[in-house]
Amino acid sequence: MHALDNTALDGNAIGGLLGEIFGTEMTTAAATCAACGTVSLVAETIVYLRAPGAVMRCRACTAILLVVTPHGEMKCVDLLGLSALEPG
Amino acid sequence: MARAALPGRLNWQLGRVVDTIQQTHRAKSLVLDLPNWPGHRAGQHVDIRLTSDDGYQAQRGYSIASAPEDDGVTLTVDRLEGGEVSPYLTDVVEPGDEIEVRGPIGGYFVWDGTEPQHPLLLLAGGSGVVPFRSILRHRARIGSTVPVRLLYSARSLPDVIYRPELAASGDGVDVSYTLTRQQPPGWTGHSGRVTPDLLAGVAWPDDLMPLAFVCGPTAFVETVAGALVGLGYPAGQVKTERYGGAGAS
Repeated sequence: MHALDNTALDGNAIGGLLGEIFGTEMTTAAATCAACGTVSLVAETIVYLRAPGAVMRCRACTAILLVVTPHGEMKCVDLLGLSALEPG
Repeated sequence: MARAALPGRLNWQLGRVVDTIQQTHRAKSLVLDLPNWPGHRAGQHVDIRLTSDDGYQAQRGYSIASAPEDDGVTLTVDRLEGGEVSPYLTDVVEPGDEIEVRGPIGGYFVWDGTEPQHPLLLLAGGSGVVPFRSILRHRARIGSTVPVRLLYSARSLPDVIYRPELAASGDGVDVSYTLTRQQPPGWTGHSGRVTPDLLAGVAWPDDLMPLAFVCGPTAFVETVAGALVGLGYPAGQVKTERYGGAGAS
């Protein structure tokens, strides 16, 4: 287990953001960590919103799974830390 | 500038505040009329977006406090000192005002009442009680007899949100409190933060296959969810929603 600071949220906090991007409910989506292979629901992942954008991390190994950064009206979505993301 | 709204997508809409209710010295409920509301599930939340005159936008998530069966959508906002959004919602917004809302959001931290074989264990830290109000009202409205235990951790008795309503929850709902900072004279409830021992005394035995929901500040959720797993609750039966620091969001 890793000690989490008070700014750590969970995937529920980006349900709206991911819904906007993917067009469907995503907190129940299954996310597979590309680093350690752990499969977890998006709701169960660690999320930070304090950065300019949103960062989603694996609760098992803390690797970055997904980053969403705003660029004006657009959003840049980096999924490189995920080997799979499947809506529930 | 504005893109066309796509039906079925999660779009921002304007909600009109039809009523405000001061719940505690810090918490206020806003009842919203949302013309394009598709309905929600108990436990879901919305995003609220404020735009200042210079175009700067701030956005926060707030749990829905009303049942799907209630008229209007009620949010209960805890005023956080120095917050960017909550003091505006609790101190400035009045009936008749319009605010930007998108939702409902979430499919994980929800309770529909369709699995009556699982008793419910609800564990709230501070304003983490808000989605549980929706769940308890929904339970009552659908006539569910699922037994519920709610343990609510608050700083003091005056900080308890919905106290009269929780006291009138009716058959099958057992509400207990732990007060972390200040207890009134003669207090017979629990005192201090939730510990594994306290939880062991309140939680349903794991062989009843209970379903646990934990909502509150991150530190509260981490402690409580970890203790539940220690009591034998399968991790999949413990649903969590973290609000961040007590002074965050």
